[in-house]
Amino acid sequence: MEPKIKIRGVNFFYHRHQVLKNINMDFPDRQITAIIGPSGCGKSTLLRALNRMNDLVSGARLEGEVLLDNENVYSPNLDVVNLRKRVGMVFQQPNPFPKSIFDNVAFGPRMLGITAQSRLNEIVEKSLHQAALWDEVKDNLHKSGMALSGGQQQRLCIARVLAVEPEVILMDEPCSALDPVSTMRIEELMQELKQNYTIAIVTHNMQQAARASDWTGFLLTGDLIEYGRTGEIFSRPKDKRTEDYITGRFG
Amino acid sequence: MLVLLLIIGYIIVRGLPGFSWDFLITPPAGGLAGEGGISSTIVTTLYLVGLTLLILVPVGIGAAIYLVEYAPDNRLTRFIRYGVQTLAGVPSILFGLFGFALFVTALHFRFSILSGALTLACLLLPVLITATEEALKAVPRSYRAGAMALGATKWQAVTHVILPAALPGIATGVILCAGRALGETACLYVTMGGSAAMPESLLSGGRSLALHVFYLATETNAMDKAMATAAVLIVIIVGLNGLTNFISRRFQKRICGGV
Repeated sequence: MEPKIKIRGVNFFYHRHQVLKNINMDFPDRQITAIIGPSGCGKSTLLRALNRMNDLVSGARLEGEVLLDNENVYSPNLDVVNLRKRVGMVFQQPNPFPKSIFDNVAFGPRMLGITAQSRLNEIVEKSLHQAALWDEVKDNLHKSGMALSGGQQQRLCIARVLAVEPEVILMDEPCSALDPVSTMRIEELMQELKQNYTIAIVTHNMQQAARASDWTGFLLTGDLIEYGRTGEIFSRPKDKRTEDYITGRFG
Repeated sequence: MLVLLLIIGYIIVRGLPGFSWDFLITPPAGGLAGEGGISSTIVTTLYLVGLTLLILVPVGIGAAIYLVEYAPDNRLTRFIRYGVQTLAGVPSILFGLFGFALFVTALHFRFSILSGALTLACLLLPVLITATEEALKAVPRSYRAGAMALGATKWQAVTHVILPAALPGIATGVILCAGRALGETACLYVTMGGSAAMPESLLSGGRSLALHVFYLATETNAMDKAMATAAVLIVIIVGLNGLTNFISRRFQKRICGGV
């Protein structure tokens, strides 16, 4: 099956500093692909290259191609706003807006021009169900999203992404600010979501990558050292550096 | 704090004997004795502050949004920022002279509420821009990233997420400006004239409350009336400050949880 996203020959620079070096990597459709590596290896940058969030940083420059359904997302006539609707993102720190739970989830659809209250109600309920948050908040939809616990906030952010019906969900260390129980709930949620969505997750937690992902790429100082099935990367790494990293010898 | 209470207390105690309902609703009679009330100056003040905010708020907030959210960090914008900060420190009488030259004379608005309001808007623009800039900068970057990542355009992110989050700070800045407009005299002295008559339109001249205090104190013997007027002014300003506190506290509660 054709991968949902293909990265081909990507070099990435902040000003003169090269962060990613000739990356070639696939993100298979409706699978979870993990990007692992030590801090500063460029894994977040790689993730943000997929929905062009790096564009917001001045001095950022990318060479090569990122193909979403075989269409280069860096081609000049591509609509970035539409791209970000198709490729949603969950951040490291839960970042609900200072609005009610309902308004947080309804934000994306409203930006797309949906105003009918009944339609919004429907979307909000469905998205919160999908994010496994509905039962906890259904009686308090008017409450501020910031009054929730950290884990709930992160699921709210996932619901917010789901509400715009993306095809791909990017997760940038989504559990690093969460306790183990909340982390487990997010990981369970990812398994459910992969029925319908292609997921890319950056994590510095190797157990998480081993538990939760189908494919893994190991990045080291901007080079993709190894990429393959998660089971193989963790049981039979081909590269010495991968082995050293996953066995905890550095990083 | 004690000094502040002493000043306010002194003015209110001195002003109270001259204060009555009649004082509020009769126009000043003029003359050396400073007879009459302050009705026309209250009306002028309302017109003046209202018109000032009407001009000031869209321009000031618009400029701050541009500077914080859109402007690239280059020489021109650094120069603009520097200019804004410098203008905030320029004495108000200089703005008055500028207003006199531009609005009163060159644009033929004469001594009028319009000239006064335009001048005040110029005077307060740096104050409001700075306050709004600070409020916008205090909005976490993660809100911006979150909104953009959901497919919002920059403008949608600004209007739907960033501005609402910055609103308490901006509201505080606006009320601060209203307070400054209430208390300003020097730049109005040379742009509004000193007519004590009831204003007929925005092109009429007039006296704001603060200006009236100045005239009473310097050109008449009616120190008690000056004190009474000052007392009215102070009550309004204290009220405005209370409103500022109330607004920022309520927003705080609404944003950081609770119902």
